[in-house]
Amino acid sequence: MSEVLIAGKSVSVNEEGYLTDPSQWNREIAEQIAAEVNITLTPKHWEVLEYLREKQQAGEMLNIRKIGKSGIVDIKEFYQLFPGGPLKSASKIAGIPKPASCI
Amino acid sequence: MKKLLILGAGTAGTMMLNKLRHRLDKKEWEITIVENDPNHYYQPGFLFVPFGIYNKTEIVKPKADFFPNHIHAVWDEVVKIEPENNQVLLKNNDPLAYDVLLIATGCTPDPAETPGLQGELWEKDIFTFYTYEGSCALHDKLENWEGGKLVINIVDMPIKCPPAPLEFTFLAEAFFTNKGMRDKVDITFVTPMSGPFTKPVASKMLSGLLAERNIHSVHDFYIEKVDEANKKIVSYDEKEVPFDLLITIPTNKGAAMVAASGLDEGDDLNFAVTDKHTLQSKQFENIFVIGDATNLPASKAGSVAHFEGEVLTENILEFIAGKPLTHQFDGHSNCFIETGYGQASVIDFNYEVQPLPGKFPVPGIGPLSLLGISRINHWGKLAFKWAYWNMLLKGIPFPISTNMSMAGKEEEAATEA
Repeated sequence: MSEVLIAGKSVSVNEEGYLTDPSQWNREIAEQIAAEVNITLTPKHWEVLEYLREKQQAGEMLNIRKIGKSGIVDIKEFYQLFPGGPLKSASKIAGIPKPASCI
Repeated sequence: MKKLLILGAGTAGTMMLNKLRHRLDKKEWEITIVENDPNHYYQPGFLFVPFGIYNKTEIVKPKADFFPNHIHAVWDEVVKIEPENNQVLLKNNDPLAYDVLLIATGCTPDPAETPGLQGELWEKDIFTFYTYEGSCALHDKLENWEGGKLVINIVDMPIKCPPAPLEFTFLAEAFFTNKGMRDKVDITFVTPMSGPFTKPVASKMLSGLLAERNIHSVHDFYIEKVDEANKKIVSYDEKEVPFDLLITIPTNKGAAMVAASGLDEGDDLNFAVTDKHTLQSKQFENIFVIGDATNLPASKAGSVAHFEGEVLTENILEFIAGKPLTHQFDGHSNCFIETGYGQASVIDFNYEVQPLPGKFPVPGIGPLSLLGISRINHWGKLAFKWAYWNMLLKGIPFPISTNMSMAGKEEEAATEA
């Protein structure tokens, strides 16, 4: 774990760059992390990010299937908004922990 | 007489039937178990049948052989639980009332979730070894298959026995090598996860092994459908992997009756919402859940059901006595991972601790090597079949501690990974 400067704010991140304290997050931080993976955040992105933060705060486990049923995006859209490993990148941008894969 | 009702007589249900009958007074508690399939399958055997390592007859016995005396068995299908009425509705029999209910209905693969999976190519070029019938059919296919692109794909998580798809991959690689046709087979392991295994230390070891055996690996691949005409699997973000023979691990779902009863998370996977430490239903205090049927963030595996069972038995007895539930399940899971050529690895972990190297079950001595690959580990896995039929199912105590032990584990490995 280390302290880094993101969008001018000092935040704690883990070795993979995920915020260790979701409350340190703000929109500028989200934009910077998104820019690092070549994503420009549109209103639809923000809807998804807010949904993820809400669920994480409520202690709910997140997975792609659930997000696809959220009513905000379906799975294809989720992949379009956050290419590659969408749950991993969306979580990082949303300032929440990387979703635990419980084998 | 008070009534304890168990739904499902698989691994967990049968174990709990034995344990609870043993501990509950026969004059006070009537125990009934409901099950619709008379056959008990040793599911770890499904991995070995396709390669002729086990014969299909070795892995099936009548469920009733493992039931204790002084219980009622109802052979029927559960339609729905009515928790407000403390009763369960059955397909062909009158409703069953209960004072305490234990849900042990497990999970099964549902190929229908993925378009194109169970179409024209099903059991011609697309197989699953996650069912008895599937693994038998695959045995016949592999006997005569002449080679091509072999693709093993996990559709979604969670699945029961998470290492099994990888084990199948390693066993297949060894099978074709031993047959002298390895050069005719191109093997690719395709997973929606970000690695062959998601826990760092184990993943490093397993990725290395895949590469060594010249097995390709595709990660973050979330399959949307099978393109049957062109024999490809296609992901939601339009990546494609062509195949000649597809081994699928379809979406695993809990029993439909769990959702019909309103006890699930509402995500269509039908797993019952359960307290991860006490194994009590989060919605109704006189309902408990064990094994693959739960929504616990733990593996779905026989070993987990066993460790859960030790905790749950005590909690159910405390509940019945009107006491607080004091026993806590720590997520302990213990798995063999076949790596081919008569060898296997073993992993031991829980909610907090990822699989780490070390010796198991006796620290420093073993004889099993955690995360190491050895013949002894492989023999351990094969020997387990005897222990399963003769000890585990009957609720006979096992010499492995219920809670995961850190003794004998190398913690530094975690920081290096």
